[in-house]
Amino acid sequence: MAKLDGEQVVRCEPIPGYMHRGYEKLCEVRTYPQVTTLVNRIDWLGSFANEVPFILAAEKLMDVEAPPRAQVIRTILFELSRLGNISLFLGDLGIQLGGLTIGFYAFRDREFVLNQIESATGGRFHPNFDRIGGIKDDLPKGWIAETKRAMDRIRRLCDEFEELVLGNEIFAARTRGVGVIPSDVALSYGMSGANLRATGVDWDLRRDACPPGLSYDLADWKVWTHPDGDSYARTWVRLQEVRESTHIVDQLLDSIPSGPIMAKVPRIIKVPAGEAYVATENPLGEMGYYVVSKGDLVPFRVKIRSASFNNISVVPWVSRGVIIPDLITIMASLYFILGDIDR
Amino acid sequence: MNPLSSADTTDETAEAPADEAVETVEVDERRQAVVDQFTELLGDAVVQSHIRPGDDVWIRVTRDAWATTADVARNRLGFTFFDFLSAMDWLPSPFGRDMDAQEDTSGAVAVDDADASPGEADADAGPVALETGYAGGDTRFQLLARVYDVRNHIGVTFRADLPDDDLAAPTWSTTYLGADWHEREVREMFGINFIGHPHMVNLYLPGEFEGYPLRKDFPLLARRVKPWPGIVDVEQMPTDGDEDAGDLRCRRRCRRQ
Repeated sequence: MAKLDGEQVVRCEPIPGYMHRGYEKLCEVRTYPQVTTLVNRIDWLGSFANEVPFILAAEKLMDVEAPPRAQVIRTILFELSRLGNISLFLGDLGIQLGGLTIGFYAFRDREFVLNQIESATGGRFHPNFDRIGGIKDDLPKGWIAETKRAMDRIRRLCDEFEELVLGNEIFAARTRGVGVIPSDVALSYGMSGANLRATGVDWDLRRDACPPGLSYDLADWKVWTHPDGDSYARTWVRLQEVRESTHIVDQLLDSIPSGPIMAKVPRIIKVPAGEAYVATENPLGEMGYYVVSKGDLVPFRVKIRSASFNNISVVPWVSRGVIIPDLITIMASLYFILGDIDR
Repeated sequence: MNPLSSADTTDETAEAPADEAVETVEVDERRQAVVDQFTELLGDAVVQSHIRPGDDVWIRVTRDAWATTADVARNRLGFTFFDFLSAMDWLPSPFGRDMDAQEDTSGAVAVDDADASPGEADADAGPVALETGYAGGDTRFQLLARVYDVRNHIGVTFRADLPDDDLAAPTWSTTYLGADWHEREVREMFGINFIGHPHMVNLYLPGEFEGYPLRKDFPLLARRVKPWPGIVDVEQMPTDGDEDAGDLRCRRRCRRQ
C-alpha cells in the first residue's frame, strides 16, 4: 500500500498475510520428519535449502551427525537450490525493468538446474529429501557429469546477464543510487544475505558460522561485497554469488567421498529436550529455526526466522520520498518470496 | 543431567561437560565473557544465564530492563544485527500432544485466568508446574529475542518473563528497527503488547480476528474437526445376523454423503 503525492511516495507499507499458513503452529503437531514437508513451501524457489536448517537443528539436539558423503551431497543440493532461486531473480529483475530477453534466458537455463534437482530428489520444487542423520537417497548414475554441464550453462547465463543487463546504460540509470540502504540500517532491520553484503558488511553464514552438517570448508570460494548499498549493488552481489555457487558445486562434485548416506538413527525419532537455533545462508538470506523440544515426537515450539520477512520490513524506511518507478526497482532488487514473508 | 535445567550465572563453569574438546572450552570462554559484560552493564537485571559450550548463550533479563538490554546490546556491545523477536508459551497443550483431543485433557488452563473452562474445577491442585527452557523462567509467557554480532560472530538469545496479568513489554523497535514487524506478529499471535510501538496493528491476521493463534490453548481447528492422522474409514465386518454383505458398499457410499 503506497500513499502518493503526485509521483512521489509519501509512505509505502507492504501488507503481508494473504499467504500466511501458520507453519509455526502446524509444526507443533507434526513429528520431526514430517516438518520438512511443510517447510519446503516457505521459500518455494529454493525448497531444499529450507529443509536443511531445520534438520540441522534436530540433528544438533539429537547429537547426530550425517556421514561425510551425505554432508557433501546435502551441500551440493543446497547450492543447486540457491542457483535455481537466484537465477530466477536475475531474469525477474530484467522483466521488472523492461528487459524481457534476460527473463527468457534465465527461465531457459534454470531448467537445467531444476532437472538436476529433480533427477536426484524426485521433486522439482519440493524435494523433501533431507533426513535427520543424512539424506534420503544416493545420487543417480551420470548425475555428476550432467550437473557440471548445468553449471556451465549457468555460468554462461551470468555472462549474458552481465552483457545484457549490467552493461546496459538504462539499467545503470535505473538502479544506481536507487534505494540506498546504509549498513547500520540494514543490520538494525536484520537484513541478511546478498542484501546485507551489498551494503558492505562482509558476513556470510556459510563461511562465518557454518553449522555442522554442511561442508562448505571443502571448497575454495569467495564472499563478495559491494560498498554502495543501492539496487545496483544488490544485483551485482547476487550475480557474483551465482558464479561462486557454481564453483562451489563444481569443487564439491569432485570431492564427494564414498560411504554411507545415513547415520544410525532410531526408526521413531524422539528428540531430546533442549533448545537450538540453527541458521543457514539461504538463497534469500539468513534462514533459521529456533526449535524447542521437550523430548517428544513433535517439537514443542518452532520459531521460523525467514529471510524475506526481515528484508522486506525495510521497505517503509527505504521507500520514503522515492518516485514510483524506483519503487519497482527497489522491490525487485530486494528480492523476496511471498511464502518466505508469510510462512 | 536434565538438559532443560539451566545453570545459574554463578556455576556456569560447573555446567560445562567435562568431555568437551579443548577448543570448545576456548569458545566457551568467549561466551562467558559475553555474559560477564551484560552482567556488568545491566547489574541485577540479568536474572539467569545459560551457556551451551561452543554453541550458544541464553540470558534472561527482567521485563523492566527489556528495552535497556536492547540498547546495551546494540550500542555498547556491538550486537548490531537483529535476528528475530518472538515469544514462548510454556503451557503444555491442553488438547493433548496431537492437539486433537476434543476437550481439555489437563487442568492446565487454570494458569490462564481468562479462559474459564469446566476443566478448571478439578485443577484445585494448583496450576500445573511449567517446564521452562534454558535460562529458566517462572511465567507462562516469555519473550524471546536474538541478536548477533557480525564482527565477532557470536549470537545471544534473550529471554524475559512476563506476568500473566500484564502481558506487555517495552518495545525494541526504537533500538532495532526490524523489531517493528516482529512485535506486531507477536502481539497478534500471543497477545503480548509492546509499549511505545509506533504502529501496532495486525500484520497477518484480519483485523476482526479473535484469539491468539500461537498460544497453546488456542485450538488447532483442523485437528479438532478431523483428528490426526484422520479416522481410518473402515466399515465393520458384517456379522451373521446382518443382512447380506452385498449392500455394504452402498451403505458406505450413503454414509459418506
